[in-house]
Amino acid sequence: MISAFFIFNQKGEVLISRLYRTDLKRSIADVFRIQVVSNSDVRSPIVTLGSTSFFHVRLNNLYIVAVTKCNANAALVFEYCYRFISIAKSYFGKVDEEAVKNNFVLIYELIDEIIDFGYPQNSEIDTLKTYITTESIMSTAAAVEESSKITTQATGATSWRRADVKYKKNEAFVDVVETVNLSMSAKGTVLRADVDGHILMRAYLSGTPECKFGLNDKLVIDKSEHGTSDAVELDDCRFHQCVRLDEFDSTRTISFIPPDGEFELMKYRSTSNVKLPLRVIPTVNEIGTSQVSFVVTVKTNFNNKLSATNVVLRIPTPLNTTDVDCKVPSGKAKYVPAENVVVWKIPRIQGGAEVTFSGLAQLTSTTNRQVWARPPIDVDFQVLMFTASGLIVRFLKVFEKGNYNSIKWVRYLTKASGSYQIRF
Amino acid sequence: MASFRAPPRKGENFELAADLNSEYKDKRKDAIKRVIANMTVQKDVSGLFPDVLKNMQTDDLEQKKLVYLYLMNYAKTQPELVILAVNTFVKDTDDPNPLVRALAIRTMGCLRAEKIIDYLCDPLQKCLRDENPYVRKTAALCVAKLYDLKPELVIENGFLETLREMIADSNPMVVANTVAALTDIHNCAVAAGSNEDIFVITSHVLSKLLIALNECSEWGRVAILSALARYETESDQESEHICERVVPQFQHANAGVVLAAVKVIMIHMRNVQSENLTKQLVRKMAPPLVTLLSNPPEVQWVALRNINLLLQKRSDILSNEMRVFFCKYNDPLYVKVEKLDIMVRLAGESNVDALLSELKEYASEVDVDFVRRSIKAIGQTAIKIDEAAERCVNVLLELIGTRVSYVVQEAVVVMKDIFRKYPSTYEGVIPTLCANLDELDEPEAKASLIWIIGEYANKIDNADELLGIFVESFTEESYPVQLQTLTAVVKLFLRKPDTSQGLVQRILNTATKDCDSPDVRDRAYIYWRLLSTDPGAAKNVVLAHRPPISLPRMTVSPALLEELLGEISSLASVYHKPEETFVGRGRIGADAISKGAGDLNDEKQVTQKALQTVVAGQQSENLLNFDDPTTEEQPSGIAATAALAATPAAANLLAGTSSNPLDDLVSIFGNVSLTSATAPAPQQNVMGGMGGLSFGATPLAPSPAPPQTPSVLQSTSPPAQPQQAQDDLLGLF
Repeated sequence: MISAFFIFNQKGEVLISRLYRTDLKRSIADVFRIQVVSNSDVRSPIVTLGSTSFFHVRLNNLYIVAVTKCNANAALVFEYCYRFISIAKSYFGKVDEEAVKNNFVLIYELIDEIIDFGYPQNSEIDTLKTYITTESIMSTAAAVEESSKITTQATGATSWRRADVKYKKNEAFVDVVETVNLSMSAKGTVLRADVDGHILMRAYLSGTPECKFGLNDKLVIDKSEHGTSDAVELDDCRFHQCVRLDEFDSTRTISFIPPDGEFELMKYRSTSNVKLPLRVIPTVNEIGTSQVSFVVTVKTNFNNKLSATNVVLRIPTPLNTTDVDCKVPSGKAKYVPAENVVVWKIPRIQGGAEVTFSGLAQLTSTTNRQVWARPPIDVDFQVLMFTASGLIVRFLKVFEKGNYNSIKWVRYLTKASGSYQIRF
Repeated sequence: MASFRAPPRKGENFELAADLNSEYKDKRKDAIKRVIANMTVQKDVSGLFPDVLKNMQTDDLEQKKLVYLYLMNYAKTQPELVILAVNTFVKDTDDPNPLVRALAIRTMGCLRAEKIIDYLCDPLQKCLRDENPYVRKTAALCVAKLYDLKPELVIENGFLETLREMIADSNPMVVANTVAALTDIHNCAVAAGSNEDIFVITSHVLSKLLIALNECSEWGRVAILSALARYETESDQESEHICERVVPQFQHANAGVVLAAVKVIMIHMRNVQSENLTKQLVRKMAPPLVTLLSNPPEVQWVALRNINLLLQKRSDILSNEMRVFFCKYNDPLYVKVEKLDIMVRLAGESNVDALLSELKEYASEVDVDFVRRSIKAIGQTAIKIDEAAERCVNVLLELIGTRVSYVVQEAVVVMKDIFRKYPSTYEGVIPTLCANLDELDEPEAKASLIWIIGEYANKIDNADELLGIFVESFTEESYPVQLQTLTAVVKLFLRKPDTSQGLVQRILNTATKDCDSPDVRDRAYIYWRLLSTDPGAAKNVVLAHRPPISLPRMTVSPALLEELLGEISSLASVYHKPEETFVGRGRIGADAISKGAGDLNDEKQVTQKALQTVVAGQQSENLLNFDDPTTEEQPSGIAATAALAATPAAANLLAGTSSNPLDDLVSIFGNVSLTSATAPAPQQNVMGGMGGLSFGATPLAPSPAPPQTPSVLQSTSPPAQPQQAQDDLLGLF
């Protein structure tokens, strides 16, 4: 299992070091610095030297590193690294060198708690926050009772929830966030279009509420039966650990006792009938060897009551571009020489609208005759109250002993960042 | 302050010591934090041990944790002083606050000092039966810590029995940690050479585990699933039952849990008789596997490596899902490479067009390594799907048309493989290839083109002219190119004897006199003798029909594949290598192999032995470059072995040190009948190991069924690979 955990900065200096098992020495950190941090040719997230394996994740110039000497479960180790990052984020916002240095005591306390002898333990943020805080806890008589509650929660069947939560107003917010992945070929055919959906919930509910959640899904394990209703085909769903998987497996109901506060209830994937919110039609012509002309049209493909916001197109230009003359009807377009792209930012496009960018790139002459690789155009955007998969939340029922009324809010958001790619 | 009087070198520590003894609480705590900070940057603060220790007894939990952290670091170097801390620890394990009790027992287990261990047993005994589950779960792991330090104590105190009882604990987290502790101890004992199974999973334990599985935390689930994977079922019904109970875990958000569940299913599915259930299980496995690809790249990579293994066993799992493996422009290279491999595995007649247009797209990207692999993938597709071969060739021709040097060279190499698979089908391409002769500067590409020219010498009018160019520069070329040139010229001579007499004379002269590679010289001598004594035999040998190549469906041996499938999601399954190759204690020495050589009847043992053979070959390896099958640029590990074999002297040494090549051949032929079986016999472990290596390294190498008759010489004319010498040796077996 995990024998040691380190955080390095970009220079390879150790910011955090914790050995969990006796099979390693602290000096192993130097090996990592020499073999990975100062080696520019590392092309894999796991590096094994002799019998020691280093799992590393890079984040904001930091290396989050887990070391093991056995045949460890690789997926688990990486999941742990990412879990650590999300815990750290929720404790002190940004995770970078400065934040780590400023919070090193807290980090030591956390990693002592979430791993014991190399085995990950309780990593539920909500529970951790009850007994690992930035203010120090005194072990007084009053605290003893509190601690017993905490420990019961940390080990209980619902380790993610305290029993004594109370709210004046019982509310639950459901956010359906869909990320659209698209690759479109130069001819305009869709090579791949799918949706990674996340259902985020913020539950502010008193007591121990029992929730039932319904979608217009038609979970198709067998792709041969196609539905005719407005049901959405989800290829796969994955749930937060509070959802009873056995129940879902047998009756397809999503029932759970939610953690208090914000959590990700489920993730899903849908590949059929994906409604693409934006259509991008590029025309790029190389005029001789000195110029390239661009005409890029963006059409929105949804109801005109909605609108796409924060639209950012990144249109690649050849490496030897000196300048690009951009003309746009809305937003701002600018050539960024460092990245060889024209960045076109449009704050808002109404549904059913169409905007066109036209530009002319001037090239310097080069001796290098390598053809231009033409990386794809990348589009980022957000569309509120729209789901590309067509998913709708049918109901969210809350049952609790107190029998209170609860207010539920549902929001939909479809977005793309770095995964909506159009080739030309 | 008196700090100015202290020697400057000790300045900071002196100041810290003063602060640690300060009468103000805040100042003391602040000083401890600074000590920990210094400790992190590896400044020596061990001298402050007594001062820090004084701050251990406190109500402030945070401060306590900091002092404990310090103790864990320095207890080993200051065993005498640690004794002073024992009292506080023992007292803390009686604290009314469960967090404090757990903290104390957790930390005591981590102090690696002999002296303190003896004091650990009593509190541990108590904590294992604590009323609070949080303390119990911590104590369970503490037993594993103790075993790691002093196994005798665990056995003497009966902690193992206590742990076994704790599997029936009412709290799922306690069960999970108990399982983790028992597994840890079991592995530890096995590594120390014990044959006793410390963690016996009975059907009673099984039912406890299955109950806890649905209730415990995600990490606990992984521990329990790993234990389920070890369980040997008593009946087929039981296997089916386990599968049914584990399947819901596919829907878990944690990739570690999903893959651990896949592992359990793959193991227990072997015993499932009902075909319906098997089908259902496989069908349910597909969507979660695909979903793993929406994880961060590192997790994706682990998933992809495992999917690759799963596809080798069950190629039908993801047959409709090829599109999700299309590379995104901004995927990291290691993800892209794996995706390429999987795409080729999933390629079929129905999706080959989409695949080819995708691969063509990749071939125009910037990363040279990725471009080369994409082109290789086109070749693999052509070899895999007969119907699509022509389309693949057309794509390759288009790519050659770009005249980008590395694209052209890789395409030439790939074309050679296509020629081998479909002889005399695409001869129309040859002029285009030859037109790019001047572009080639890499040995492999050159060797490939020469092989093509030699093979089709009778159809290429100016073959003698083209080969003449290479004969001209013969001594400057690298050995693989020399070997190919030699063979190609001989082929040309056998096909068109009248026009190339001079050429063959010249090259045999040059090769035998001016060449410093014994390998090349040897081959030249053999050709010379063959040609001079019996041209008919020469024809039979040199122009003989070659066995067709096919895309190996498996990159590992069937026995290894089964083993790896039982370890899905582990490092072994990521590397596609048995655990012993990279885990220190499990490494197998030569004596272990000879010990295992006794009994050949037992199937399991044969399997084991085959594995060990592979292991022996890879032992010296460091896995720095494990994910890169062509390790040419790394002169260590696999490459080191390969390089050794590639230097002709060493190759000769491996084949026996005789100076007469024919003697070598004879002696090897003598062995053929004994050793032609695919599972290498133990005494040949070195060669067998290398066999595993080179087939793994060159997926397009000739199929691993070597010819068994003396006509093996023909295996010297298949496509030249960088490890040509090694391939030759293999061919001889």
